[in-house]
Amino acid sequence: MSHNVKIEEAVKRYGDFAAVDGVSLDISQGEFFTLLGPSGCGKTTLLRMIAGFNTVDGGGIYFDGRLMNHVEAHKRDIGMVFQNYAIFPHLTVAENVAYGLKAKKVPKNEIGPRVTEALELVQIEPLRDRRPNELSGGQQQRVALARAFVIEPGVLLMDEPLSNLDAKLRVQMRTVIKKLQRRLGITTIYVTHDQEEALSISDRIAVMNHGQIMQVGTPEEIYKRPENSFVAGFIGISNFIPCHVAENDGKTAAVRVGEELSFDLPVSSGYTGEAVLSARPEQLFFSDRGLPGRVEISTFLGDFVEYEIQLHSGQTIQLNEYTKDVQEVRPDGLEVFVGFDPRRISLYAGQEGKGALLSC
Amino acid sequence: MLTTSPSPLTKKSFRLDFWALVKILVVLALFCFLIYPFSSLIYRSFFSAKEEGFTLYNYIRFFTKEYYLRTLGNSLFVSFTTTLTAVALGVPMAYLMTRYNVMGKNLLHIMIIMSLMSPPFIGAYSWIMLFGRAGWVTKFFAGLGIHTPTIYGRLGIILVFTFKLFPYVYLYVSGALSSIDSSLEEAAENLGSGKLRRLMTVTLPVVLPSIAAGAVMVFMTSLADFGTPMLIGEGYPVLPVLVYNEYMSEMGGNANMASALSVIVVTCSTAVLLVQRWLVSKKNYVMTAMRPPQVVRLRGGMRALATLPVALVTFVGFLPQVVVLYCSFRNTAFSGFVEGFGLQSYITIANRLGTNIKNTYVFACIAIVIILLLGMLMSYVIVRQKGKIGAFFDLLIMFPYVIPGAVLGISLIVAFNRQPVVLTGTAAIMVIALVVRKLPYTVRSGSAFLHQMDPSIEEASINLGVSPSKTFFTVTARLMAPGLLSGGILSWITSINELSSSIMLYGGRTSTISVAIYTEVVRNSYGTAAALASILTVTTVVSMLVFLRVSKGRVSIV
Repeated sequence: MSHNVKIEEAVKRYGDFAAVDGVSLDISQGEFFTLLGPSGCGKTTLLRMIAGFNTVDGGGIYFDGRLMNHVEAHKRDIGMVFQNYAIFPHLTVAENVAYGLKAKKVPKNEIGPRVTEALELVQIEPLRDRRPNELSGGQQQRVALARAFVIEPGVLLMDEPLSNLDAKLRVQMRTVIKKLQRRLGITTIYVTHDQEEALSISDRIAVMNHGQIMQVGTPEEIYKRPENSFVAGFIGISNFIPCHVAENDGKTAAVRVGEELSFDLPVSSGYTGEAVLSARPEQLFFSDRGLPGRVEISTFLGDFVEYEIQLHSGQTIQLNEYTKDVQEVRPDGLEVFVGFDPRRISLYAGQEGKGALLSC
Repeated sequence: MLTTSPSPLTKKSFRLDFWALVKILVVLALFCFLIYPFSSLIYRSFFSAKEEGFTLYNYIRFFTKEYYLRTLGNSLFVSFTTTLTAVALGVPMAYLMTRYNVMGKNLLHIMIIMSLMSPPFIGAYSWIMLFGRAGWVTKFFAGLGIHTPTIYGRLGIILVFTFKLFPYVYLYVSGALSSIDSSLEEAAENLGSGKLRRLMTVTLPVVLPSIAAGAVMVFMTSLADFGTPMLIGEGYPVLPVLVYNEYMSEMGGNANMASALSVIVVTCSTAVLLVQRWLVSKKNYVMTAMRPPQVVRLRGGMRALATLPVALVTFVGFLPQVVVLYCSFRNTAFSGFVEGFGLQSYITIANRLGTNIKNTYVFACIAIVIILLLGMLMSYVIVRQKGKIGAFFDLLIMFPYVIPGAVLGISLIVAFNRQPVVLTGTAAIMVIALVVRKLPYTVRSGSAFLHQMDPSIEEASINLGVSPSKTFFTVTARLMAPGLLSGGILSWITSINELSSSIMLYGGRTSTISVAIYTEVVRNSYGTAAALASILTVTTVVSMLVFLRVSKGRVSIV
């Protein structure tokens, strides 16, 4: 049976440095859950704590309510796919996949059919007698996958499994992994630094930075409603525009950008003072009023045109305009106004937007 | 698949971790057979039969008596000269071999390695056969009325050492030369440097650390070697010989002076080693050749010209093995060689010295089993477990270079010749000496292999439900096998050829082939000595070929 994984205030310290700093998560049975963050954010450390390769210095890790902190790695009922696959080089493909079944003392007559079934699921059955050094990167990846799920683990862990593959194969394997996980229904915890990968594959994502959770949510929530400017900046591209909240009755705030523009925005708290607006390039558009600026350079990318616009405040922002909506590319040097729909952008408190989300 | 098990916390405290157990056992063994004997040796060096209690008498005697000081001078002179001559041979050899299409390159390379691995006293033996008092070359020139300089003494020692040890320099430098990115030399050329200028200002300085590393190996090996000066030195005393003589003359009494001498020898080689490490740490140009240098394709006469010096030096270095084989099949009478060929010498040794032959192989076999097992565990602790104990083991890897066999022999005697543990004269002490001295070869190549192995392979196995200790034996050990085996073969080759510790430790029934070769030469029984040496040479050559097969160039000899 697949497990529910609960992490409570988990801490991992290296000397004075907390690599994982009080992380709490509740991952449901059968969920595809991704830990996403820049390198050094503690996501792999956390994954290795769940696997039992790193000790837990504080807090607890529970599978179905059972504390796992001191259970040895080989008794945890976990399957893991490593970044560099870690295929046993001295065993054939089939022997690699059978390895965990033998260790679990599965009856001999069951091992054969289960190995075959697993290899067929990842479509490498014909390669069963090959040695790892005769396989391509993508094929090794499939062996690593089959080896991890064939033991029917309660939890499947994947540590940047696609990072060593080329771009095309990465997209292809993404679909393989997603389909497989849906079919087997194994609780899966997936680590990646690639936001596109995370968005495309996950049921829910936890964005991490400096050993802490920045936001947990579905891909859509994370992308459309980033709870802080770190998430807004890390997921996709965001333009951060400094602004000032002059008046705020707790429901509607009067926001002013520079001298030129002021508008009302629905908010959830009564903050006044310095703030930051966050808008994705496709949330901005050309308008006859708004932020004045000048087209610096335009890049035609087929589906859309990417504009770099220098605002009169001196800041440079990015604006994407879909080609299907317009006739022609705007020339460099053109004076324009940049508009946006106040209900679709985010407002963060504080001078650098380090504070809480205000807009709702 | 939820399993119910007792609270993991209580379980952990009752179970002794497998690796903790390994560390305790290995440290205990090292303490008994390395640290304790060595401390005993140092301790003993401060006592003397001449004076009561704790005294500096031995050291004062060493630094005031002209005889001892001259011996130290001799040792340093021989080692320095050998280092210079070996560098003078090794560097050009390496350059020619890596940069030009020398004929028969692979064969020459293997022959150079063979002459390094062959026992040093075989070189001494062969040079005596050729240039000694009754040597063929000596006689030939005497027949022409030309008087050749004597091979005995200083000249002989240096000659034997040079041809035996230049491969160290050759191997280090050719390794470095083939890993210089060719763009470096091209840049120098592009900046207007001529060929010779480029060699002197770019190529040589870049490989200088490797030359230094090779030179230090030559220096330390020549300082520690016992067999060569013993056979060909004839009254030209060097430190290891002095240690042996002092010990033998002190038999019945104790080994105080010999202990003091040992401490001095070890101090010398440790000092050299530390200087070398310091130099290397200051100047280390690590390079990965994106584009290794091109081999210049010479034609016809030029190619022969490049091949000739290489082939000549290699041939002289390899000559001893040929001479020994040749001599072993010659007929003998009254210890001199006579006309005709036969198996006479082999029959004699089979009858008279069968025990020695058996001992050599039995001791080496037992030693190698222990070495492989310990080597495997120690490599793992060094590479994967890190920490203080790992660093301590890592330091031990240098031991065979700084501790001459004669010194190890003495320290084991000093430690184990009294109750409660008397091991002197037993087979056990011979095997212990071999293990301590030859273990590092295996540890070094085992850990080199492990360094290249991804730790996640082991984690994958543990993750699939195999316990860490079982993972070590089924996955890690299996993958380390080629490295361990290659290192093990080097340990094996040096074990069967071991003379300097064995000659201190052997008893009536524990004598070995190399000890017998020495005693046979002393008795002027050159035929039997050659037959014995041939057995060692053939075993060495065969083992070496197996090594080259197993290691496939992944394990370095030096």
